Amino acid sequence: MPAYVPPLKEIRFVLDHLVGMADVAALPGFGDATPDMVDSILSEAAKIAEHTLAPLNEIGDRQGATLTADKTVRTADGWKDAWQTLIEGGWNGLPFDPEQGGTGLPNLLNTAVHEMWQSANMAFALCPMLTQGAVNAMRLYADDALKARYLPKMVSGEWTGTMNITEPQAGSDLAATRSRAVPNGDHFLVTGQKIFITYGDHDLTDNIIHLVLARLPDAPPGVKGISLFVVPKVLVNDDGSLGARNQVTCVSLEHKLGIHGSPTAVLSFGDEGGAIGWLVGQPNRGLECMFAMMNHARLNVAMQGLAIAERAYQQALGYARDRVQGKPVGWSGDGRFAIVHHPDVRRLLMGMKARIEAMRGLLYTAAAAVDVAHSHADPDERARAALLVDLLTPIAKGWCTETGQVIASDGVQVHGGMGFVEETGAAQHYRDARITTIYEGTTAIQANDLVNRKILRDGGAAVRGLLADIAALGRELGDSPDEALRLTGFALRDSVIHAGDAVEWLLTATGDARLPAAASAHLLELLGLVTGGWQLARAARVATSLLAGGAGDADAAFLSAKPLTARFFATQFLPRVAALRAAIVTGSGAVMALTDEQLFAA
Amino acid sequence: MKILCAVKRVVDYNVKIRVKTDRTGVETANVKFSMNPFDEIAVEEAVRLKEAGVATEIVVVTVGPATAQDTLRTALAMGADRAILVQTDTETQPLGVAKALKAIVAQEAPGLVILGKQAIDDDCNQTGQMLAALLGWGQGTFASRIAAADGGLTVTREVDGGMETLALPLPAIVTADLRLNEPRYATLPNIMKAKKKPLATVTPDALGVDLTPRLTTLSVSEPPGRSGGVKLPDVATLVAKLKNEAKVIP
Repeated sequence: MPAYVPPLKEIRFVLDHLVGMADVAALPGFGDATPDMVDSILSEAAKIAEHTLAPLNEIGDRQGATLTADKTVRTADGWKDAWQTLIEGGWNGLPFDPEQGGTGLPNLLNTAVHEMWQSANMAFALCPMLTQGAVNAMRLYADDALKARYLPKMVSGEWTGTMNITEPQAGSDLAATRSRAVPNGDHFLVTGQKIFITYGDHDLTDNIIHLVLARLPDAPPGVKGISLFVVPKVLVNDDGSLGARNQVTCVSLEHKLGIHGSPTAVLSFGDEGGAIGWLVGQPNRGLECMFAMMNHARLNVAMQGLAIAERAYQQALGYARDRVQGKPVGWSGDGRFAIVHHPDVRRLLMGMKARIEAMRGLLYTAAAAVDVAHSHADPDERARAALLVDLLTPIAKGWCTETGQVIASDGVQVHGGMGFVEETGAAQHYRDARITTIYEGTTAIQANDLVNRKILRDGGAAVRGLLADIAALGRELGDSPDEALRLTGFALRDSVIHAGDAVEWLLTATGDARLPAAASAHLLELLGLVTGGWQLARAARVATSLLAGGAGDADAAFLSAKPLTARFFATQFLPRVAALRAAIVTGSGAVMALTDEQLFAA
Repeated sequence: MKILCAVKRVVDYNVKIRVKTDRTGVETANVKFSMNPFDEIAVEEAVRLKEAGVATEIVVVTVGPATAQDTLRTALAMGADRAILVQTDTETQPLGVAKALKAIVAQEAPGLVILGKQAIDDDCNQTGQMLAALLGWGQGTFASRIAAADGGLTVTREVDGGMETLALPLPAIVTADLRLNEPRYATLPNIMKAKKKPLATVTPDALGVDLTPRLTTLSVSEPPGRSGGVKLPDVATLVAKLKNEAKVIP
């Protein structure tokens, strides 16, 4: 399988010039995140991604995780050593409090490190991703005794964490959750079956800390009656040593379309009376606690969309540069040329490149805002950043994963017939990408969250504010002497007008509750395109000013490509915003027009 | 015992090298640089000798541009204690580097100098040997195993006929071969600590060393492309070809 080379130059550009790494480093507690330190950390993480994780990607796909006769899960060859590399290196603790054994570096830096790990090996990187998410939930909601017992080893990664939400009858609708927890002395006895538990069992560590949603005996029905419990695979003694096995059994592993290396477990809790667990946070407030983990996970899955797209793009670009086939249109002279010179191959590659850079800008912007929302000294700044994170989370999750899939598909297309053949590796990215629009809330759930919680709830205030900022940038670039910037500015300004129309329609489409729901996924895609264009336009503006300021020759090709890439997106992708606006405003009513009888008539 | 490790910043081994259109060298703009892999093995060995209690201090040195500080920081993160940059923007060649290292050895008085057997950019495989000659010290080149013994070292070398084991009195020069060890990744805490470790910069002038290149590159070109294979009718033709064309059997 072709190598993955972490795009460090691009990552540095985004960190330094687009999302304000220096401002994040200036937040209280992040004094160590100096530019040279960031370089050292990124380049070492890049080495691990490139040399340890990436070569295991294909092995994991081929071997998959397997359930042994004694109901334990074995990961693919080399995965255990790779996990040790991460743990011994202290990488799992990168963003966490030094008092809990972490390094206390910004979320933004952790995001950049995780991008590389997800690109290198998405099925593997799910494990550190979920473990960090579990740490976040425990940190925020567990009491001190639970924290003391579990957190240090979860921060170090000696134990991993899982998120146990889904049950056979409770997927996107958690109100249907049936797992039960009954008080029993100082703890609870948890019973029930959970499905789709990522890294629900494995042989990477000697303990796994499950965070489990279950109902207390007196719980009210619906989502307001769900509590969160910590249920370790192996009980932990008072002195920290491991005790007896808890009643948590891996009943089976799913056979999946992709991410074969990641064990997706069916877990049975309490087969002989009840698995021992402890309440995390308040009774019946479990969903709130789980959302601490879920929101973290949603931005991380959004990152998977970008990461898999980057991997697919690198592979397609390399193939297109080497593969000789046909004489490209417009080429004179003898000989044959690589397919990268065919305009349609270039269209595919440019579409991949432009959207990847757009996604990276968007996700790193959100990651920086998470740091500001947590750590800024000024409460107004914190609130503003938190609002941006809230608004961008469903857009990022929905748009970046849908786009990641399209790009992985385009990657196969660039390879032609060889892309459909597994040995090139292009197909694996396509299969692996397919889950990203489903888990941690499907695109529909994201679109629903965007429409109801992020737009309708505040009467459109937050989204209008963001669109106003984008429009201002569009106007500024529209006056630029540079043609690429000017065209980008025009297209951005137009797209904001269409976006505004779509939002205003949504705010007034209150007559039929089905209308906003029918429009929601289109609106999400529309805002994904507009915010993606916004990021590319920002990158183009800063690259142009760096060039004008005399950036070295070494960066000339890299920087001068930015405005041209922004123009490509502005002229090839932003026109879709008008079409989406039309579909939303005039087409939403057509979605549910057929009666059941009509739908099933043929 | 103090160990001096010499490292070089080179184009990363994963980069697909492209020759400049004017054939004066290879493209270095927009390419990734990292520590010469053989030097990384040398640093790893020094760290292991320190962990084993054989060495007490590791000083890492490089001769190159200001950007070579990154390479030194990498070595510090792997476990070296302090670093010296002999800063120059001129092209570095083995004799000049060996002279600079000799001057650093005079200042630092190490018991052992470990460096990679060659750098993967120019593949000279000369610096260690030249340094040994300039210092008049013993040398163990192409080391695949190093062990402390009787106040000196035994060094196992990979030679054409197999393995050769030498006893080296100290001080000595050792050059690292590929199989000496597998370098570790720097841990996050050690990367953080590396920043606080001392890194000194000196000029060649201050060392009294003249780094002016003595060799001139006339032209750099891509290796010739592979010509296609041929199908042979029988073994006799193969033997004849091996004898007369390839001349690999007499």
